[in-house]
Amino acid sequence: MVMKGMRIGEAKKYVADKLHCDVFDLTDSAKMKEIRESLDLGTVNDRPHASYGMSAKIKIAELLDIKIPSVELFKKKLGAAL
Amino acid sequence: MAEYFTRMGDGEALWQSEDELRADVEAGVEDAVKRGKAKPLDDADIAHLMDILKMPEKNVSVERGCEGIHTFDAGTLKLPIRSAVPVSRHVTLLIHERILCSDTMELCNTDYSFKMVKNCAPEEAMQMEQAQQDMIMPVFYGAMPNLGLYTKPDGQFDNWAELLPQGKIKEAMDAQEGAAEQCYEDMLYISSLQAEAGACGIQFDTAGASGDADLLAALKTTKALKEKYPDTCVTMGMANEFTLGMHGKLEFEGDKLAGKYPRDQVQSCAKAGVDMYGAVINTNSSRSFAWNLARSVTYVKECTEVATIPVLVNAGMGVGGIPLSAVAPTDATTRASKALLEIGKADGL
Repeated sequence: MVMKGMRIGEAKKYVADKLHCDVFDLTDSAKMKEIRESLDLGTVNDRPHASYGMSAKIKIAELLDIKIPSVELFKKKLGAAL
Repeated sequence: MAEYFTRMGDGEALWQSEDELRADVEAGVEDAVKRGKAKPLDDADIAHLMDILKMPEKNVSVERGCEGIHTFDAGTLKLPIRSAVPVSRHVTLLIHERILCSDTMELCNTDYSFKMVKNCAPEEAMQMEQAQQDMIMPVFYGAMPNLGLYTKPDGQFDNWAELLPQGKIKEAMDAQEGAAEQCYEDMLYISSLQAEAGACGIQFDTAGASGDADLLAALKTTKALKEKYPDTCVTMGMANEFTLGMHGKLEFEGDKLAGKYPRDQVQSCAKAGVDMYGAVINTNSSRSFAWNLARSVTYVKECTEVATIPVLVNAGMGVGGIPLSAVAPTDATTRASKALLEIGKADGL
């Protein structure tokens, strides 16, 4: 919604399709915990070796097919495409 | 006859019968229709709003499927400054992401105006770059255009609020045009540094607070910023439901800005390249919560029907139907949230 200027209904469907889940699941915190953990997208509670911050965002950008400015900047600093 | 607990627009407790609630709802809708020439709510919407107002629960929530996103303006002012919690802005962002579960958050300066950020703009950009390393949710940089700061003695331009009562109309218009140009340059400079630091977006908050020239500066900055950094999101929150015509003749892309209501404001914002629009409907503290909420929902519903970009309604103390009090009662905030999302069809708050 933020990066593509979508209205809420369209944005929910876009994310649900990318996550291969139902729109209903997006607001089910138990289901989303499972999805986020399985895809290693970062969760509210930290876990050993789990991604958070930039590493989680890199995965989110790839999964949702969006350009996140801070991820692009980070890649540029590393001097190579991730 | 049963009475329902509700509030006045200043937050004071009030008990009203169903007939009294309905009369206030209908009067609130009528006010939006009369002043803003808004389309009235239909009978089903009014019945839905009455149900929300009469719910016996202290706090209420949206129906499944109607959830919207929850965003913040004046983001990092709230914990460390207003609530005096001794945490850094970086920790504030983390608290919002990991504990309060905010959907987006905003980094901002204590003096929440772009002009005041100019002297420390590179340091603010460094703070953003550091924050982006740790944050997952979108983090914006936000401040107000606050055109009044460009008037003497703080700025170089004569104060149009003093010139207008003296009948110096041309001088007042010239001063606003000069101030808007300088404000635009400052906002573009600061926003560009933030974009280059990896900010997810820029939030122009309370746009139009000093009138149509204030809004024009924000719209012009958005257009220029989106040309430079197309992937940087722009959100723009309004100052009120009616753009004040302090200048009166300013236009953006051929549209006169003075006198715009939410349904027109959102279209000007979209034309400038704004990605998310923040509607503001001011609370009248002398009228009831029912009156204020009905009026807000009427404006918002009409706005979301014509909007091509997401509409995030400002819902806090004194706006969006919520009482004008420093601590907003949750019976009112949750009812307003439910009504704005379910009836107003807002994309978020």
